[in-house]
Amino acid sequence: MGITLAEAQELVCTEAALLDDWKTDEWAQLFTPDGEYLVPSTDDPNGSPNSSLFLIYDDHLRLVQRGVRLLKRSAHAEYPHSRTTRIVSNVRVSAQGEGTDRIDCTFVVYRSRADRLDVYPGRSTYLVVRLDGVYRIKRKTAILGLEELRPQGKLSIIL
Amino acid sequence: MDTAVTDLLGDAELRAAVAGYVIDDTERGVFRVDRRAFTDRNIFELERKLIFDHCWLYLGHVSEVAAPGSFVTRRIAGRALILNRDRNNKVHAFYNTCSHRGARLCREKAGNRGSFACPYHGWLYNDQGKLINIPGRESYSAQVLSDETLGLTEVAKIAEYCGFIFVCFDPLAPSLETYLAEAKEVLEFITAQGENGMEICSGTQQYSTPANWKLLLENSADGYHAGPTHSSYFDYIKARDGDFLTNESTKRNIETLVGVPSLNVGMRALGNGHSVIETEGPWGRPCARWVPGWGEESREEVEEIGRRIVARFGTERGRQVTHVDRNTLIFPNLVVNDLMAITVRTFYPLRPDYMEVNAWALAPIGEGKLARDRRLQNFCEFFGPAGFASPDDVEMLDLCQQGYVNRDVLRWNDLSKGMPKEKKAADDEEQMREFWRKWHQMMTGIAT
Repeated sequence: MGITLAEAQELVCTEAALLDDWKTDEWAQLFTPDGEYLVPSTDDPNGSPNSSLFLIYDDHLRLVQRGVRLLKRSAHAEYPHSRTTRIVSNVRVSAQGEGTDRIDCTFVVYRSRADRLDVYPGRSTYLVVRLDGVYRIKRKTAILGLEELRPQGKLSIIL
Repeated sequence: MDTAVTDLLGDAELRAAVAGYVIDDTERGVFRVDRRAFTDRNIFELERKLIFDHCWLYLGHVSEVAAPGSFVTRRIAGRALILNRDRNNKVHAFYNTCSHRGARLCREKAGNRGSFACPYHGWLYNDQGKLINIPGRESYSAQVLSDETLGLTEVAKIAEYCGFIFVCFDPLAPSLETYLAEAKEVLEFITAQGENGMEICSGTQQYSTPANWKLLLENSADGYHAGPTHSSYFDYIKARDGDFLTNESTKRNIETLVGVPSLNVGMRALGNGHSVIETEGPWGRPCARWVPGWGEESREEVEEIGRRIVARFGTERGRQVTHVDRNTLIFPNLVVNDLMAITVRTFYPLRPDYMEVNAWALAPIGEGKLARDRRLQNFCEFFGPAGFASPDDVEMLDLCQQGYVNRDVLRWNDLSKGMPKEKKAADDEEQMREFWRKWHQMMTGIAT
């Protein structure tokens, strides 16, 4: 019995709420100990991170540290923190076998800071496994629905 | 003077005004730049005419057009170009505009094809730029059908050095090698990392920065900012690698980062406004400098990469290749940083306060799968619009541009650090001064 649609929605909405609340350290706890967080470059959205240059290629240590870093005053691009609003929709689930399930969804993240509003649309794929009765993220891949990261210019928040 | 006032000036008068924008007083050890150089629309337009239309500009790397028929399309200094390799292995830079009615010809970013068809009326060009078919040719005069100038137009000059392809819009410009001057050696050091040559990895970081383009040039080889701007990156490195590098061979280079110059590193002017700062940073280098965060199992492989390079070039030159980190500025808008990975970064302003930035990862051809993987992780964790460092650089450039709103009262940027010193350090500002001297000379026709 794989993940249900309701469980998948609960997971991605919980994640969105943690990120909108700037609980980026807690966000990292949603991942398995070997979890990964990936964002491909805009001109190679289906590339593999070990052969294509990505925007984000976080192993578990790095995604934990990403969460830690963003809470520091010295993470200048996000200090003071931006305000973000995430909409996560079109959630679908499918079984991948060997205890791994897949969640597909679309997202739009609005980021407001310093008189500017940046919009990041895209689609995410999650591979999730059940650990100690809780679904955790083994790999999150967020593919931006943008031809180029312009005019947003940077991706200093977590998608 | 500001945009509203400079609107009233002709180019000659504007050039005369710009002569006062750079203060280069070696005797008193003072170097200042007028903040209006970053904000005035007329300066921006003059830069295009006097700098970008005359300098050699990076267009792409040979590996991106390795096979006959391969092409990429790029925007370079306000032009739309096609870079391709034709069936006879000749590399071209064509203007991406149909001769017929001027439509943009090729709409793809990259691909492989032997001909380019205009989507509007179907005029067809081959990969050598020759016009090979005009639909409805029976309705055209012999004059038009035999007009060879209706083929694709090539950029005035194209040349390559160590795989880096440059174009120049000025047919009278000196050769690329003359232009690059001593920057050639830096490109040689980087190319030496690949026994079988170097290649651009797939995946381009295509982003932008809401700031004047010269701010990014200054920031790309600024040893002075590393501590304050990037402390959170160094925190991360310490969390991952502990004190490994700071305790051992690179301790003295950490000192460089915080302001104590060491003997073997520093800044070198490379001629024509180009410069390099050389350090040994507290991060891993894929071509020899192993760090614990990569795992003990990778140590032998990384060190063997270094030993092979040293075997090919000897100890002294080999070490220059394997262990020295380099931030290189090639005037006016190419940055090649050979640090925790190699980034090739170029940028062009669309407005005085906005630029587009493109960055690629350069890597040895035939690099092992695990080595390539380490390189790309290393690249992403520092560089790029979502790295642990570059977004904070973008923030600083943005803050500078915001601060320049007060330029009427607060007119001057100070770039005097290290001026009284005989040997300039990597965290001095001589590399920026070299850039500004060349900028001033090209903008005004006179030296500072």
